[in-house]
Amino acid sequence: MMGRCLGLGALGVVACLSLPGCFSNNRHQGARLYAEACAGCHGDAGQGLGRLIPPLAGADYLALHRDELPCLLRRGMHGPMTVNGVLYNQVMPAARVDDKQLSPARLTNLLNYVENNWGNHAAPRTIQEVERQLTACPTVGE
Amino acid sequence: MSNRFWLAPALAAALLTACSGPSADQAARLPILGERDVRPNPNGGPADTIFATAPAFAAVDQAGQPVTNQTFAGRAYITDFFFATCPGICPKMNGALLSVFKPYATDPRVAFVSFTIDPAHDSLPVLDDYAQRLGVTDAKRWHFVTTGHSATARDTVYGLAKGFFTAAQPDKEAPGGFAHNGTFALVDDQGHVRGLYDSLDANEVARLQKELPVLLAEIAERHPKATAAK
Ligand code: HEC
Repeated sequence: MMGRCLGLGALGVVACLSLPGCFSNNRHQGARLYAEACAGCHGDAGQGLGRLIPPLAGADYLALHRDELPCLLRRGMHGPMTVNGVLYNQVMPAARVDDKQLSPARLTNLLNYVENNWGNHAAPRTIQEVERQLTACPTVGE
Repeated sequence: MSNRFWLAPALAAALLTACSGPSADQAARLPILGERDVRPNPNGGPADTIFATAPAFAAVDQAGQPVTNQTFAGRAYITDFFFATCPGICPKMNGALLSVFKPYATDPRVAFVSFTIDPAHDSLPVLDDYAQRLGVTDAKRWHFVTTGHSATARDTVYGLAKGFFTAAQPDKEAPGGFAHNGTFALVDDQGHVRGLYDSLDANEVARLQKELPVLLAEIAERHPKATAAK
């Protein structure tokens, strides 16, 4: 599916870049990373699971903690947290794909996907922004 | 690919049914899984076939009630193996089982049992909290059970997992410290395992949803009175 644009070779890339529909390989990477690393817990449509796993679709947490999300994904999270007025208290593991932590570029694409899907809307993130936020990750609780 | 892989057991089941069914026009039957034993009949008649049954278990659920094979005598039940702090496949597995459970949430013909493979951590309050958070309020409908606190409780539950055709063992490399695969087992009113389903494959979960009513119909045939009383 996501290989459609990539698989066309040099000519195809030119064609892709000139087509607005193809422009978002980034989006595809975000969707792919989400399916691989997140959907098992948060659900195919970001719906979450009962009061065990918080939703991402329509989650107030995303906007309220926007700057902290790169660190949250990089480090994982545990302890009580409130999402849409519901208290959750489980463990979210650090995001890994193929046993590797996610680069700032991949985190950017993943967050842009999560923050602009299932009815979510947020300003697009840039890699620079995410890199800056990662350097400010708190070290406590490690 | 995964489709093809799972077609094989489905096909085998269909063939088995076709060959061993008492009559060709009877409704489809699910196969009986596991080793079977054929005992020659001393009187010279047809040999007896002894079908495998699910392993015996004695556990306690989130409400503190004992749960054994007898709890489900005359009824169907579905099992899985999980642990409350599982960062790997459990949310997806129990999320899938929740979708199977919902239409049967108040149907006494089938019950659900989730065994913790981490009995040291998953005390009754932890199991109760997990059930509540998943949205399961009636422990009698979906039991979240532990094999207890004894030193052997863990080995007991690993053995049970094997008996229900799934794998569970400690593994430092695996997320959360346990390796296990998320197989659901569907067990009939006589304790025979009648279906195994990979919880991580949506097609397999759909197959369980299709096969459960087939089994319930078979059980109803065996217990006409119980159904009439209902
Ligand atoms: C093993 C299950 C699991 C996986 C995999 C997982 N999460 Fe989470 N996630 C959780 C849990 C549980 C919480 C709540 C943590 C707590 O209670 O402290 C959470 C919280 C969150 C939050 C903040 C609360 C909210 O809902 O807005 C975000 C954002 C999030 N996860 C995104 C992701 C993304 C993106 C991925 C993929 C890289 C991912 N998660 C993978 C279980 C998981």
